[in-house]
Amino acid sequence: MCAGEFFSPVFIMKKTSLDIIKMAFVTSLPVLAAYIFLGMGFGVLMSERDYPVYLSFFSSIFVFAGTGQYLLVDLLVSKASLLHTAFMTLMVNARHTFYGISMINRYKDMGKYKPYMIFGLTDETYSLLCDENTYPEKKYAGLYCFFVTAFDHLYWITGCTLGAVLGSLLDFNSKGIDFSMTAIFVSVFVDQWLKEKNHYAAIVGLLVTLICLIIFGSGKFLIPAMILITALLTIPYAQEAKKNG
Amino acid sequence: MVDSQVILTIVVAALATMFTRFLPFLIFNGKKKIPDYVMYLGDRLPYAIIAMLIIYCLKDVSFNETANYLPNFIAIGVVAILHFWRKNTLLSIIGGTAVYMILVQVVFV
Repeated sequence: MCAGEFFSPVFIMKKTSLDIIKMAFVTSLPVLAAYIFLGMGFGVLMSERDYPVYLSFFSSIFVFAGTGQYLLVDLLVSKASLLHTAFMTLMVNARHTFYGISMINRYKDMGKYKPYMIFGLTDETYSLLCDENTYPEKKYAGLYCFFVTAFDHLYWITGCTLGAVLGSLLDFNSKGIDFSMTAIFVSVFVDQWLKEKNHYAAIVGLLVTLICLIIFGSGKFLIPAMILITALLTIPYAQEAKKNG
Repeated sequence: MVDSQVILTIVVAALATMFTRFLPFLIFNGKKKIPDYVMYLGDRLPYAIIAMLIIYCLKDVSFNETANYLPNFIAIGVVAILHFWRKNTLLSIIGGTAVYMILVQVVFV
């Protein structure tokens, strides 16, 4: 780069913004394949139930939640009430609230980019953006996070729509493809298990939910499970707080 | 023609999802300090919720028929082993789902 270019402020701005977008693209690459594949799973499920392609397309734009959308297919097929839909979606996506809590400080100064980034804070986007050390310099952090979110969103829309189109054109046996939802959770579970030394929360989550499923049945075990989990997680916190006065 | 219940269900799912994502930013808009207890739950709950969601996925599995529960357990084992081994999310998901699909379509029919 020659000195003239270097000192031209407009050029620096443009060049750097483009660099940030490229950097965001490289960061988003692991999600590319995952979202195309998982999105296709959703699209295929939708077309199998004879829902038109545009419903998959709009769901991927406005819902933009992997698990949430797999659940949505279940809710649509079973003709669930709107109240039940709202409740189940809130339960399944409640973890996003906790992602949000940990992003409050990180997203604090990101101004106009912020609403969209909050809208698009999926599990995968969170996993790409939860480490602040990977951000570029402060001035460009907002642009960077915005584009990582937008690339992920684009992959998701592409996957869901592609799956719906292929599912309606081709007649292949997709029985069992819904297992990909279970597979996502198991792989996240293993990830967390390897990263975290304290397994109390993970074990509480497994056992409490299992016991609640056995006691309350498959229709109403989630609320008691959530309450019991929160209570059991509060015990070590309360003990710690007591110790510290 | 898609009936309006379908459209409304999707709208409700979209709004409920947005609600879970915007909620913390609406409550703690940077001015108030986030209570320690909320921060603690924010740190711990994701571990428990992922575990809960695994059980949620298995809620309709019946232990009366081998063809119903065995494919699930085998495929979960495959995902876990692949993930311990390679730590590649995509590989684990594709590998596990492929095994599951083969099991339910070819082996346990």
